[in-house]
Amino acid sequence: MNAFRRLVQRDLRLALRQGGDAAMVVAFFVLTVVLFPLGVGPEPELLSRIAPGILWVTALLAALLSLERLFQADYEDGSLEALSLMPLPLEAQVLAKCLAHWLVTGLPLALAAPVLGLLLQLDAAGYPVLVLGLLLGTPSLSLIGAVGAALSLGARRGGVLLSLLVLPLYIPVLIFGVLAVEQTIAGLAARPHLLLLGALLAAALPLAPVAAAAALRQALE
Amino acid sequence: MPGPATASSASAFTGTGLACRRGERLVFAGLSFAVPAGGVLVLTGPNGSGKSSLLRLMAGLALPEAGTLAWDGVALDEDPAAHRARLHFIGHHDALKPVLSAAETLGFWAGMHGAGDVPIEAALARFRLLPLASWPCRLLSAGQRRRLALARLLASPAALWLLDEPATGLDSDAVGDLAAAIAAHRATGGRVVLSTHTPVPLDGAATLSMADYAAALRP
Repeated sequence: MNAFRRLVQRDLRLALRQGGDAAMVVAFFVLTVVLFPLGVGPEPELLSRIAPGILWVTALLAALLSLERLFQADYEDGSLEALSLMPLPLEAQVLAKCLAHWLVTGLPLALAAPVLGLLLQLDAAGYPVLVLGLLLGTPSLSLIGAVGAALSLGARRGGVLLSLLVLPLYIPVLIFGVLAVEQTIAGLAARPHLLLLGALLAAALPLAPVAAAAALRQALE
Repeated sequence: MPGPATASSASAFTGTGLACRRGERLVFAGLSFAVPAGGVLVLTGPNGSGKSSLLRLMAGLALPEAGTLAWDGVALDEDPAAHRARLHFIGHHDALKPVLSAAETLGFWAGMHGAGDVPIEAALARFRLLPLASWPCRLLSAGQRRRLALARLLASPAALWLLDEPATGLDSDAVGDLAAAIAAHRATGGRVVLSTHTPVPLDGAATLSMADYAAALRP
């Protein structure tokens, strides 16, 4: 457990000192969302209708942006090889790295989303569910993304490959995340969709680290 | 125990009939070795003769095409986790992060390896890195980076050291530090396998010439 904490701590420290990654993800999120009113026109009605979709799709792309670096730097400088020889199982290490990744990307995204919701004239009823949905959904994005990042490790143009691998797998998270907000605004229950987001997370938590660790071992051989 | 010969073969890190394949290519075959407690094995051979591949097999990073590896008579694949806990592997890369300080780097690796609150100062001092403890790794020279990577050996205890070209980039003083660290490790029953092109002064080192087993180098 101590080793798990140390790995999370190290990744957080790296992310915060290098500064770039975490800030870049949120900046990308903000800038892309700001593009939509400029692109589709400032009609409040239209914006309000497509706001949940814009926020979720953009959050998903922002999370994807930072995934390529999840294992790449450690792979290149030999840290990953050294880590794979540590007593802490590689599966637990993947989980630790996902946790750190979520803390510097998913969490800031979820917190920034309501502010951007204002910009898009999101209906007031949608805010709590938007944040709750992002809090439940973004950890799944980190976990599923870790599998893609591990699989595309060492491949040329890994970033493009990563998007192709991971985006289709993000579709369920996107659908239930958007539906939860839209249903709430329409006066229906968001609970089933939030539960489904929770179920996706509950499935990704044990499965993704196992799959990612297997892919990492393959890359290291 | 019947005799000293049996006892020593039981308490040794051994490989029997090892073969290694990288992709399509058979790197070496029919290779056997034994490293007793307190022993050191030096791998020699030209580039591409499989020194690194053998070290990676020993670390469990890759699986042998044929043959078995055993620690004190117990095959490694029976308990890979126990093997990881008792070894240090220093490969070609130094595994340092530009933004972490030397002390943070060493503390991290020692903690990951399961050491409690070991004083990493002693490990830093052994490789004369103490004055650089708070420097971020990006400011270190190649030789200093190598010394920091080697300091990992001392920051947490491990019975087996696997060193791939540890002396690359080291000045003669640092090579002396490395030799002293290896000698101290052997004195406590530690085992060392290293590959090197730079002569490292080691008493009573066994040598394994990889060229004798290298499949690709045969005409």
